[in-house]
Amino acid sequence: MTDQAIDSNSVAAIIEHFDARPEMLVQILVAVVSRHGWVSEAVIRQLADALNLSRADVHGVVEYYHDFRTSPPGRHIVKVCRAEACQAMGSRALAEHAEKAAADDVTVEPVYCLGNCACAPAVMLNNRTYGRVDAERFDALLAAAREAQS
Amino acid sequence: MSRVKIYVPRETTAVSIGADEVAVAIAKEAKQRGADIELVRNGSWGACWLEPLVEVLHGETRIAYGNVEPGDVSALFDAGFLEGAAHDKRLGPINEIDYLVSQDRWTFWRCGLIEALSLDDFIAHQGFKALQKAWEIGPDAVVDAVAASGLRGRGGAGFPTGIKWRTVAATDSDQKYIACNADEGDSGTFSDRMLMEGDPFGLIESLAIAGFAVGANRAYIYLRSEYPLTHMILGRALETARAAGWLGENIQGSGFSFDIDLHLGAGSYVCGEETAMLESLEGKKGIVRYKPPLPAIEGLFGKPTVVNNVVTLASVPNIVNLGGERYAGMGVNRSKGTLAFQLAGNVRRGGLVEKSFGITLRDLIEGYGGGTASGRPVKAVQVGGPLGAYLTAAQLDTPLDYEAFIEIGAMLGHGGIVVFDDTVNMAEQARFAMEFCAIESCGKCTPCRIGSTRGVEVIDRMIQGEKRDESYDLLVELCDTMEDASLCAMGGMTPYPVRSVLRHFAEDFAPGDDA
Repeated sequence: MTDQAIDSNSVAAIIEHFDARPEMLVQILVAVVSRHGWVSEAVIRQLADALNLSRADVHGVVEYYHDFRTSPPGRHIVKVCRAEACQAMGSRALAEHAEKAAADDVTVEPVYCLGNCACAPAVMLNNRTYGRVDAERFDALLAAAREAQS
Repeated sequence: MSRVKIYVPRETTAVSIGADEVAVAIAKEAKQRGADIELVRNGSWGACWLEPLVEVLHGETRIAYGNVEPGDVSALFDAGFLEGAAHDKRLGPINEIDYLVSQDRWTFWRCGLIEALSLDDFIAHQGFKALQKAWEIGPDAVVDAVAASGLRGRGGAGFPTGIKWRTVAATDSDQKYIACNADEGDSGTFSDRMLMEGDPFGLIESLAIAGFAVGANRAYIYLRSEYPLTHMILGRALETARAAGWLGENIQGSGFSFDIDLHLGAGSYVCGEETAMLESLEGKKGIVRYKPPLPAIEGLFGKPTVVNNVVTLASVPNIVNLGGERYAGMGVNRSKGTLAFQLAGNVRRGGLVEKSFGITLRDLIEGYGGGTASGRPVKAVQVGGPLGAYLTAAQLDTPLDYEAFIEIGAMLGHGGIVVFDDTVNMAEQARFAMEFCAIESCGKCTPCRIGSTRGVEVIDRMIQGEKRDESYDLLVELCDTMEDASLCAMGGMTPYPVRSVLRHFAEDFAPGDDA
């Protein structure tokens, strides 16, 4: 995922899966980010050509949605919920802890609600949601994720 | 001994605190001991504080064990939990747990009860019965039943569902759509998610009924990307329903054709606003549209569209089965029926509580919730998500009723209740309300786009005790402007939490300095 170039054949396959319909642009970008982690300038050009949209249109959609990263993420993606229910259970301190604990291999992003509000604070690590996360549990989860990938 | 059924929820909250690991441990332990078991992955009953909640079917009774950890499994087998035997974690029969049996389960009655992804189990529990009844009584009678029920939009706006359906049904168009809003972005809410994870076929049936009632053959579910497990479950349920002929051309020979597309959001809060959601479904930026035209007249791709929240739709099958009057018989005043309240934040017994309108916040927070998780006093309660007012401990006797909440400058919204103890600094919460609006504003209208950023700046000055009176007046004026001139609820209601903090918690802005 840390490669600087996104394979254009893979993007072409995603476009084809959605029949190159311009109204599927958001869904295509969701699939690109799910597969490659981010959206590059080259992908924006490729999408504009394939869907018969202007680059400005595609760029606007990419910029609008928080999920569409425009730079490659680390090997692990951590989203600490910053919304009210998690705030009530100490997520502000947990977010600070996560920022400090993260090294170059980890991208820490805010998220506003994971829908796990009865077991706050919540964290999403590599697309899986964890509840009742304190600093200690956070460290253990991250260590386990690193071990699983090494 | 015959095969023993063991229920372990596959639901985001249960899984977030170890349900999958518990399921694996149970399967492994049973294999080692040569015990014949069947693992059933149900949804959650909504008692999140008891998760992972494991049930063992013993005779006709499901015996519950709460807060089960993988490390408990071996001891549970030793204690004889396959026969429902005693153990520290045994809670007793599931249908005797007061938190659950005291609820009014109209919409969520199948949640937890059935194996979420089993079409057979769904059909054995009245699945598709309401759709078949709808075919018998005809579309007009379905719309009449929904109108008679008094059901209002559960996404937060509270618009009468019957009127919306009637409007779309009356339009003359070659193409109409149902757009299901599953972009449940309010903090403190998870009822849509629980419904979709625990009763996915129930939502599919609900959408088909809506389509039949208004003459639409296509629906879209707009699901937020923050719910990956829900996405997997719904996706599989849609495939199963299609393969079994409950979606597609000429469903079960009824002559009615209908299908559902599942779309994902991409992390934008405003896309929960109905017109922004329609834009996003069309592949564009989630920018709010001007109204009129209403989506019921010109919605998705310019066609008449019913836009309803998940829980609104899922309330309909029982209205068709049991009659609108039954539903209208529950609740108070103009708030008919039930709402799935969600207890969240700093609360001891958090979870989903479906109750008739009219119950007080105190009954929910103290009765069901058992007070704060920290054991400290309640300082503030935010009801209705990030655009909802903060209420004080003195306001807990307010009945949960749309109009009663409007009277005190608050709103029920999607039914989320977030509890804070006395360690919270309310100035920070007011600041967050503005900050969140600045982050999430779609940018179309100036009061929301610029007002929220100015709001953060003014509150920062107030927190630092700078030009205090002047800043206070400026903030009130800013709130007036945002409320009066914003295009949608994002800018228009961000002032609710801010004003409530000014009104009730002004001392938190600058300790020692009188407001």
